Amino acid sequence: MARTGQARTAPLWALAAFLAAPPGGHAEVQGYVGIQSRWFPDTPLDQRQRSASQSLVVVPEWYQQFNNGDDSINIKLFYRHDHNDPERRHGDVREAYWRHVGGGYELTVGVNTLFWGVTESRHLVDIVNQTDQVEAPDGEEKLGQAMIHLALLKDWGVLDLLVLPGFRERTFAGEAGRLRSIPVTVEEGVYASSDGDEHIDTALRWSHYVNDVSVGLSVFRGTSREPLLFLDSERGEAVLRPYYPQMQQSGLDVQYVNGDWLWKLEAIYRDYLGNKLLSRTLATDFAATTFGFEKTTVDIAGSGWDLGWIAEYSYDSRPASVAPFDDDLFLGARLSLNDIAGSELLMGVSQDLTVNDAHLAVVEGSTRVGTATRISLELNYFHSNSPEDALFPLRQDSFVELGIDYYF
Amino acid sequence: MIAARQLFMVLITTLLAAQANAEADFGDMSADQKGLAIAEQVKARDRGWNDSRAAMEMQLYRRDKLLATREMRIQALEVVDDGDKSLTIFDTPRDVQGTAFLTFTHVLEDDEQWLYLPALKRVKQISSKNKTSPFMGSEFSYEDLNSFEVPRYSYTWLRDEPCGDTTCFVILARSKDPYTGYSKETIWIDKDEYRPLKVKYYDKRQSLLKTLTLSDYLKYLDRFWRPGKQVMVNHQSGNRTVILMKDYQFNTGLTGEDFTRNSLMRAR
Repeated sequence: MARTGQARTAPLWALAAFLAAPPGGHAEVQGYVGIQSRWFPDTPLDQRQRSASQSLVVVPEWYQQFNNGDDSINIKLFYRHDHNDPERRHGDVREAYWRHVGGGYELTVGVNTLFWGVTESRHLVDIVNQTDQVEAPDGEEKLGQAMIHLALLKDWGVLDLLVLPGFRERTFAGEAGRLRSIPVTVEEGVYASSDGDEHIDTALRWSHYVNDVSVGLSVFRGTSREPLLFLDSERGEAVLRPYYPQMQQSGLDVQYVNGDWLWKLEAIYRDYLGNKLLSRTLATDFAATTFGFEKTTVDIAGSGWDLGWIAEYSYDSRPASVAPFDDDLFLGARLSLNDIAGSELLMGVSQDLTVNDAHLAVVEGSTRVGTATRISLELNYFHSNSPEDALFPLRQDSFVELGIDYYF
Repeated sequence: MIAARQLFMVLITTLLAAQANAEADFGDMSADQKGLAIAEQVKARDRGWNDSRAAMEMQLYRRDKLLATREMRIQALEVVDDGDKSLTIFDTPRDVQGTAFLTFTHVLEDDEQWLYLPALKRVKQISSKNKTSPFMGSEFSYEDLNSFEVPRYSYTWLRDEPCGDTTCFVILARSKDPYTGYSKETIWIDKDEYRPLKVKYYDKRQSLLKTLTLSDYLKYLDRFWRPGKQVMVNHQSGNRTVILMKDYQFNTGLTGEDFTRNSLMRAR
């Protein structure tokens, strides 16, 4: 028994020694803790759903460089405690990887989060990481993904080669939570692949820029991050269950900079592979695109304020009932005060151009208080009167969120 | 072989130093020619530093009250036939820790700038037309922090006048950039070492906007002068920002590979 105990603690001692006497190079321990309070003024669709939610988030990060900076270890953990919704009470390893930088290449092994793409209102090309849906309705929070990632840095661009073992299921709000489907979507999904959540996915991306133009071309093959939902039952109750088909997705992202104008385009084509049909839910191949521009006006009337305008159009060949951005126009404005507190305000409206009565709006403002605390206020407004629209389930879930984050 | 190469290097270095230290002869130049010649001499004396690393502390004062500080690390690479490259990594305020900023300065074309946002793990290209906005809430604008490139301005020598213990050239510089925030700048450059000691910035209405004072100069590698302290006073608001530069290191082995979008993403 004692021997086993010793063997178990040995790696811990090694880690402790490593921390106490780091083998040279830059090191950092950082992160943040925060509390968020959400308030939903509209009557919920399901009476089990709560009208308010309090939560606590802890995100510690540790970074250690060694071998003169050629190697590094990066760890970023995440935990949220939500007072009402057990499904939102969740932890994740956002990052835990070793990286080696060699002449003309970077090799990353472990869990990491990557971002691909250029547009602001929608991220079509960004495919590697699963969406942490319970974290934010905009889908910008991602779960860590295990990967072997080799980036070749060449004169003709950067070639990213990825092997992605292990699949992460999308997170969904539970019965008491808001911002969810009716009936509730359970997390445990079914898979088209007989390997289930152990299917090994692969991805390839080439990106390059010449003068004012940046281009990225990508191909992903494996388990779809976006599930199809089908009606099922659990403990005698109707639920929606995710179905994760196999797919191949090709992506293109382009950005052209012309003075203070940034022109952006993302486009994807998704082929579902193998078994496309499950319980009357059909995986239909589709194409989607988002394109538009961002224009920045700096130092408005000598105030020091910068205002960025964003206009983006989104098209999706799937019907509006499954694709919230089938034919939508997004207009946004980002105001940076450039003050000592780093105050920022972001506003955006998305209007469906086919379904008249479906739109969403978001306002996010934040400012620094003292040296290391940030206060943020966020308003999300959802409106839909049309049951054929993907926004329809959220029509009673408009909310206000007040957040305070302390950075250490 | 090795000895021959070393000798060659010594010879080259000595020649460069001799050229840089030669007393500039302005003969019977016109005021504009002399102004340009002085600016060229400032740049010529700062050639050959290859690469550098330094730590920067910024202190933001509202009148005399210290409101905030910012700390960042700066890596720079000298580019012989074009503007320099630089990578800035933010350490404080802590809510922006890990944010990094990559700039390729170009002598004649527009600069290129990228910002890395660690929370989103996203590199965003930003418009290089942003010259006039305040940098991190300070009295320095982006334009004030760019590397100095001779062809970006037109010059006129105004006069020589005593400054501190020495004598200065006073020259007028006008930016050719249509996006500049200034109508003109008056620059005091000491005659002994060609170091800028003071800059007065005039706004588009020709009134005095800011004064920058550069002091606590230290000489590195026996040749390169760097100010330890820069104070920017805004005369219209009464606010000021102090920049303290520390831990300068040269020839640290940085190459073009350390100034790419990939290196920006992994900068810590």
